[in-house]
Amino acid sequence: MQDLMSLIWLIPVLPFLAFASIGLLLHRWPRLSAAVSIAAIGASFLLSLLVAIEIFGGDPGRVFEMSVRWLEMPGLKVDMGILVDPLTAVMLLVVTTVALLVQVYSLGYMEGDPGWASYFSYQSIFAGSMLGLVVANNFGQLFVFWELVGMCSYLLIGFWFGKPSARDAAIKAFVTNRIGDFGFLLGILFLAVVFGTLDFGQLAALIPAYHNLAVLLPVAILLFFGPVGKSAQFPLHVWLPDAMEGPTPVSALIHAATMVAAGVYLIARAFFIFSQVPQAMLLIALVGGFTALFAASIALVQNDIKRILAYSTLSQLGYMVMAMGVGAMTAGMFHLMTHAFFKSLLFLAAGSVIHTLHGEQDIWKMGGLARKMPITTWTFVIGALALAGIPPLAGFWSKDEILLGAYAGGYTGLYLLGSLVAFMTAFYMFRLIFTAFFGGNKGGEHAHESAPVMTGPLVILAVLSVVAGLVGSPLTGNYFGHYISVPGVAHHPANPVIMSVSSLLALAGIGLAWLIYQKQSVQAEDLRQRWSPLYELLRHKFYIDEFYAWLGKTFVDSGARALEWIDLKLVNGAVNGLAYLTGWSGRTLRYIVNGQVQSYAIWVVFGVALLLATALMTVFTVLV
Amino acid sequence: MNGFPILSVTLLLPIAGALLITLVPPTREDLIKAIAAACTLGSLVLSLVVFCGYDQVQGGMQMTEAIPWVRDLGVRYALGVDGISIPLLLLTNLIGFSAVYASWHTGERVKEFFLLLLLLISGVMGTFLATDLFIFFLFYEVVVIPIYLLVIMFGSSQRVTKEYAGMKLTIYLLIGSAFLLVGLIILFVKGRALLGFPTMDINTLAGADFPVGLQVFVYCLMALGFGTLLSMFPFHAWSPDGYAGAPTAVSMIHAGVLKKIGGYGLIRIGLLLLPAGARYVAPVIAVLALGNVVYAGIICLTQKDLKYIVGYSSVSHMGYVLLGIASVNLISLNGAVMMMFAHGVMAALFFAMIGNLYQQSHTRNVFDFGGLAHQMPRLAVGFMLAGLASLGLPGTANFIGEFTIFVGAFGVYNVLTILAISGIVITAVYILRTLGGVLFGPRRPEWDHLQDLRGVDMVPLLVLGGAILVGGILPFTIMDPINSGIGQLLGQIGPGQIGGIL
Repeated sequence: MQDLMSLIWLIPVLPFLAFASIGLLLHRWPRLSAAVSIAAIGASFLLSLLVAIEIFGGDPGRVFEMSVRWLEMPGLKVDMGILVDPLTAVMLLVVTTVALLVQVYSLGYMEGDPGWASYFSYQSIFAGSMLGLVVANNFGQLFVFWELVGMCSYLLIGFWFGKPSARDAAIKAFVTNRIGDFGFLLGILFLAVVFGTLDFGQLAALIPAYHNLAVLLPVAILLFFGPVGKSAQFPLHVWLPDAMEGPTPVSALIHAATMVAAGVYLIARAFFIFSQVPQAMLLIALVGGFTALFAASIALVQNDIKRILAYSTLSQLGYMVMAMGVGAMTAGMFHLMTHAFFKSLLFLAAGSVIHTLHGEQDIWKMGGLARKMPITTWTFVIGALALAGIPPLAGFWSKDEILLGAYAGGYTGLYLLGSLVAFMTAFYMFRLIFTAFFGGNKGGEHAHESAPVMTGPLVILAVLSVVAGLVGSPLTGNYFGHYISVPGVAHHPANPVIMSVSSLLALAGIGLAWLIYQKQSVQAEDLRQRWSPLYELLRHKFYIDEFYAWLGKTFVDSGARALEWIDLKLVNGAVNGLAYLTGWSGRTLRYIVNGQVQSYAIWVVFGVALLLATALMTVFTVLV
Repeated sequence: MNGFPILSVTLLLPIAGALLITLVPPTREDLIKAIAAACTLGSLVLSLVVFCGYDQVQGGMQMTEAIPWVRDLGVRYALGVDGISIPLLLLTNLIGFSAVYASWHTGERVKEFFLLLLLLISGVMGTFLATDLFIFFLFYEVVVIPIYLLVIMFGSSQRVTKEYAGMKLTIYLLIGSAFLLVGLIILFVKGRALLGFPTMDINTLAGADFPVGLQVFVYCLMALGFGTLLSMFPFHAWSPDGYAGAPTAVSMIHAGVLKKIGGYGLIRIGLLLLPAGARYVAPVIAVLALGNVVYAGIICLTQKDLKYIVGYSSVSHMGYVLLGIASVNLISLNGAVMMMFAHGVMAALFFAMIGNLYQQSHTRNVFDFGGLAHQMPRLAVGFMLAGLASLGLPGTANFIGEFTIFVGAFGVYNVLTILAISGIVITAVYILRTLGGVLFGPRRPEWDHLQDLRGVDMVPLLVLGGAILVGGILPFTIMDPINSGIGQLLGQIGPGQIGGIL
């Protein structure tokens, strides 16, 4: 145990070393760069696996912690630390598994790209930052890596920087996240000033005894700003769909499985704060629930395969956040884990399709891919079934836990909302599948199955999407919940009614999609016509992007121009005016110096008279 | 270092180089450049020795040298360093050395250029090393002459002419120093009355218990003088125009270190000698700081000239330094000094990259560029590094400065700090727009002839970029000396209450 734990710091450090060595030395040799990057994440994966075996073989309460001094002065201490408990162990495993598989897959997907070496260096720095975030033992360190994964996301969204759309999406992602981080940073500052520490362990000991809601409520809400940005919750969700401009493996890793889940992880990590503030919990539950429904409704009408998956990710993140809000932290983390596997699978399989179709992303221009790409198709179907929540796949168990948590927690409205979203999820996923993979062939004559380096990770993720749910199912006695749970909160017993209802809803969603898009009993076009205003509203994503653009243009840009005018005309004008005044007085006063003795004499007389008058006045005042 | 006057040698090496250059015929351009590079390298190495050799445990002024100069006035040629001046000394030499390399392709009047540049570097260094008010002021004035000549001889005219820029820069500097001079004379006269003997030594004057009313008055003078130098709102108008007109090396030194004399003076002279005055005036400075951060930050959104963007952005960043100074506590002051260091290397790197680009393309308009990362990947790395540092990304020294200032200021000015932190969003918008506009987007064939950084061009990127990263990844290397210096200074002035004016 001790030997292993003394090596644990290597898990985040190895990918950073890979990044540094590629950036400084190896970037001339792309293949070597990729090899170094994959070797580093592979070693991190093995170490994480050993750590997970160690942690999940022992007592749930066991915690391992170490730290090195980083930024310290009286009153402010930010260490670089490592905190390993069951929560960390799960995240380590999820992040390293998906990152490793995505990097291997990228060998095929990014084949021949001129930026290959930078791609792998970015992948490495992302992996290192994400792992540093996961093992953080204080808010300061967490914020450092939180921003760094944001930067990696910016770099990778804009990886094909020659495309203006990719550039703009990268900027949008960073700026939107910054707005969230503004609140998050304020929350951290509040903690630092009120409690004098940012350390999770010390805060967890202080906060339960601290009952001043006037402080805790703003702290909790401000901290929640972070997840709203990072996990793309309404109203800061706008960046995630645009982030699909990045290479598809990046979407799978960063914008589906790991980074966007960091917000959910933060809520779980700081659950000791949030759970003290019921009002904040309610807000979290409502924001999450609303995002889940809102994004699922947009996903119903999208035509771009990656955007459908992106809105699905938004919706599922909303699900997880909602779970946190209703107090079902275990269920939220469980769903985070299963979602990481099946959603990265879906993205990678979609990438396999896009790769073979030379960049085509419109599902209406695909079709009949099942025969040409059997592995891609069937792994995609497995992922979709898992996402839809069909038993006994992974998504079924975790989604069921969330619905159970909402229902048992007394949030019947959110339970109904969650069930509706489950139905919609099944529908939009199978709309995609029946259109793109089955049915008639609409283009893509030369489509063929991808190379084994790409299909291999698909198969592994498909297996995980099937079995990963078992660790949290009643079949294994809810092993997951045994390790990751809120102290003192009992797990609700499984409810067969909820299970059957959610399964039936998922089947109904699939059935409806089959009727419309496969059997075509109802023409999709007719529906579109009949519900035209609603369809347009959804297709334009509720016009929120347009609204934000208008806000920016009207207020920010005009405000900036107004201030510039003030600066040039008033501030600078005052300065130039002063300079002119000085020059003018000089030019005017020089006429006094005219070289004529008589006029000097007059000035002397005036001066003497003035001085005499002053002196007399002074004497007079003194005497009187 | 027993008996070896390391600070004097560090300080005078560039002046020695300047004297040597006067002897070289103007046609031997390579030799002139070599002398400049060797002297600044020597100073850089020596300042690293000073940095490593300073004993933080012992603290206080170390490696001191003192030679009596004008006995009747108590003026001594006195040098010394503590934890506050060491990072700034290092900063000066990092930038000075890089500035020589950033000017390597200067083609005309090479002799005059490097001569003036070396004088400028020594002048700036002197202000950070002086422990005597008179010497401090002397070096401060030494700076003005080379700045003026360099701008009007080697500057560039775009929105404003270089003559206007040079004149504006110089007059602002002189007005600032006029306020300062009045303040220094009052301190000297009153100090002599209080102490019973004439002295210009800063630490000795700190022992004089100046009356509060006088402290407030003199601190106001200092805040005007040093504040102008630090481009405090609304006395910032010189900064964007001045940088735009100045040649690359001058922009680097001016934005990088010369500005920091203002912040350094407010702490070393203002706060140490006039603690009651500093605390009384602090809330006003905090409000003006908000003007810097938000007002100048928003103006950046409309700028199209790269140098104006960095110019206004540097005004905006100085707001954080002012906020740190106005909060008068250990954490905030640590952050302010760290921020000065971080902003210095970042701004210098930015100007070096812009200078390289301008020299080849003869334009600085963002909209003239696009997709330069295709042709100039190394330049793109430099721009990205400077840009990400500018928006305070963790892993860069700037994050450490900003974060520390925020923690320190938040406990003192809640609302003001929250408003100032909104600057991180504004900065992200204009920096990313600029980087995106210049570096990314489709390749533009008209820029295919541009040469990427190579050979000597890489020096500023490596030196300054390295400093940004070291400060960000290993913050304790720079923060620990600062903390020892600020801790000692605050111990000297004792506790006190902020406010009085508002």
